[in-house]
Amino acid sequence: MRIARRSTVEELLTALPEEGTTGLSLEDGARIAVVGGGPAGSFFSYFLLDIAEAVDLPVTVDIFEPRHFTHSGPAGCNHCGGIISESLVQVLAAEGIRLPRSVVQRGIESYVVHMDEGSVRIESPVHEQRIASVFRGNGPRGGGDMPWDSFDGYLLGMAADRGARLERRLVSGLDWVDGLPQLRHPGEEGSTYDLVALAVGVNSNLPHLVRGSEPESTTRTTRTYICEFQADQQTIRETLGSSMHVFLSDIPRLEFAALIPKGEYVTLVVLGDDIDQPLISAFLASPGVRRCMPEHAIPTVCNCAPLINIRGPRRPYADRLVLVGDCGVTRLYKDGIGAAYRTAKAAAETVVFHGVSAEAFEHNYWPACKAIERDNAIGKFMFGFTRTFKVLGFWRRGVLRMTIREQRKERSRRMSAVLWNLFTGSASYREILMNTLHPAFVAGMLWNLALGIRPGGNGRRKTGGMNAQGRAGQAVG
Amino acid sequence: MRRAALGKRWADGEVIVRQGEVGNSMYVVQAGEVEVLRETEDGEVHLADLGAGDFFGEMSIFEHEVRSATVRARGEAHVLTVDKRTLLKRIKEDPFLAVSILQTMSNRIREINAELVRARAAAAASTATTKSPELETR
Repeated sequence: MRIARRSTVEELLTALPEEGTTGLSLEDGARIAVVGGGPAGSFFSYFLLDIAEAVDLPVTVDIFEPRHFTHSGPAGCNHCGGIISESLVQVLAAEGIRLPRSVVQRGIESYVVHMDEGSVRIESPVHEQRIASVFRGNGPRGGGDMPWDSFDGYLLGMAADRGARLERRLVSGLDWVDGLPQLRHPGEEGSTYDLVALAVGVNSNLPHLVRGSEPESTTRTTRTYICEFQADQQTIRETLGSSMHVFLSDIPRLEFAALIPKGEYVTLVVLGDDIDQPLISAFLASPGVRRCMPEHAIPTVCNCAPLINIRGPRRPYADRLVLVGDCGVTRLYKDGIGAAYRTAKAAAETVVFHGVSAEAFEHNYWPACKAIERDNAIGKFMFGFTRTFKVLGFWRRGVLRMTIREQRKERSRRMSAVLWNLFTGSASYREILMNTLHPAFVAGMLWNLALGIRPGGNGRRKTGGMNAQGRAGQAVG
Repeated sequence: MRRAALGKRWADGEVIVRQGEVGNSMYVVQAGEVEVLRETEDGEVHLADLGAGDFFGEMSIFEHEVRSATVRARGEAHVLTVDKRTLLKRIKEDPFLAVSILQTMSNRIREINAELVRARAAAAASTATTKSPELETR
């Protein structure tokens, strides 16, 4: 066994602090408030306490979260599809954060892409369940006491175990007193801190209630639609299996939609323009959905239309104030929890090693946000491209044909990798774009598009119905 | 109701990594137990048992050497594969991630040192026992 040099850790810990360079550093006994106990707030608290302890900096962290994630329905939910990406599951495992069985509703091992012409199953490159479907709260409204744990509740508990103090008080605004941020609480005296981290998502009004020295919070959002269906576990296993089902249907105003199996429920997530009941009805009646939706699935009363962030603020920080997670910068359309982890950890490292001034955040936190924003710009281009071409039958047939052929053989799975990464959030949009520019991909795509011009020329095999137990590359008419 | 565990399911006795093979990933136990074995000319030497949350195979992330031990499932186990590329890319963005892994490796070195001290003490005691009859005969 090779022994790591003892100096490696010490060098890392001692080289990074730059005390005094920014003027606002945390001192022993510093008080930090985290507003919001979702993944971003919990990750920020957990890593801040962890890193501060590593450099012998005693701090106290108060997390303000009035919701109880043990409640079912909206009272304990953060309104999200609830997918933990492949790359995040791996990185969290390396961090020592393991998602227990009680939190994982289902391990996802494949994606099924549905188009009007047919469907194709794309297997995980390593043939194992590395994507987790979870409930952010304690499941759909009316579900009662559930025998599982909420993902957000689990992370919040982890931060509390690390030493964060959980405050159930509501925060109604933020003021500045003698240069320090002060949280406002309804009917109570405000509390002053050395740093406030806002981790309140985009469905909260709080970032707009910051008075003076505020960050430039011009977040742009769009609305999504989420609904839960109930069915027995056996039926879900037989119809959807351990696959996430993604739909690229030619339905006006629909960007894409997904069905996510979770224990005794199926979560439907729809993304598009002006989502309304006729759009949802048209989607549910489409052949792809009818093929794989459990026959007796009952829509629950739990549905919502939350906002999602599509462009973060230009400056998600100020002196003694930082925005993390969705109210700051997040990834476009996918892996929001992964972005919460990345931004929260970058902010925590900045606070401990570089201080809490706007300058410290600009030089050390903002680059992590900017990298996500730059990648999102590529993502917007790619989704725009897909939106334009998915209405063309020959394009859909070409993509389907290429993927089916790739899944039948073990090598050269370029289209499969592009679709896998596009929907799982396992790779950056930049990486996906680079993969599509490879000459072998372009040649393969052109060849399959040429064959796709002929209707029915998608080389698919009729199997008599989508079956969750089917092999990779299986397609149905 | 049985809930899901992430990773790949391994049956009792199945070999997850084999000593001497080239590795390109590390593994994290999600559920169940695995045992770490060193294969020698005299047979298998049991090195450790690992449970949920423990990881193994991490040396292949940092060096291009073959696996130094065999890891086998002990009962049904779920083990998550962490790709070398995914991990190194993230470490490049966030070097502090390596500290978590180094802390575990550091703990293991501490345990190995303690084991070495115990083994040497046992060897010294054994030598002393075999030498003492000779001293008595002089």
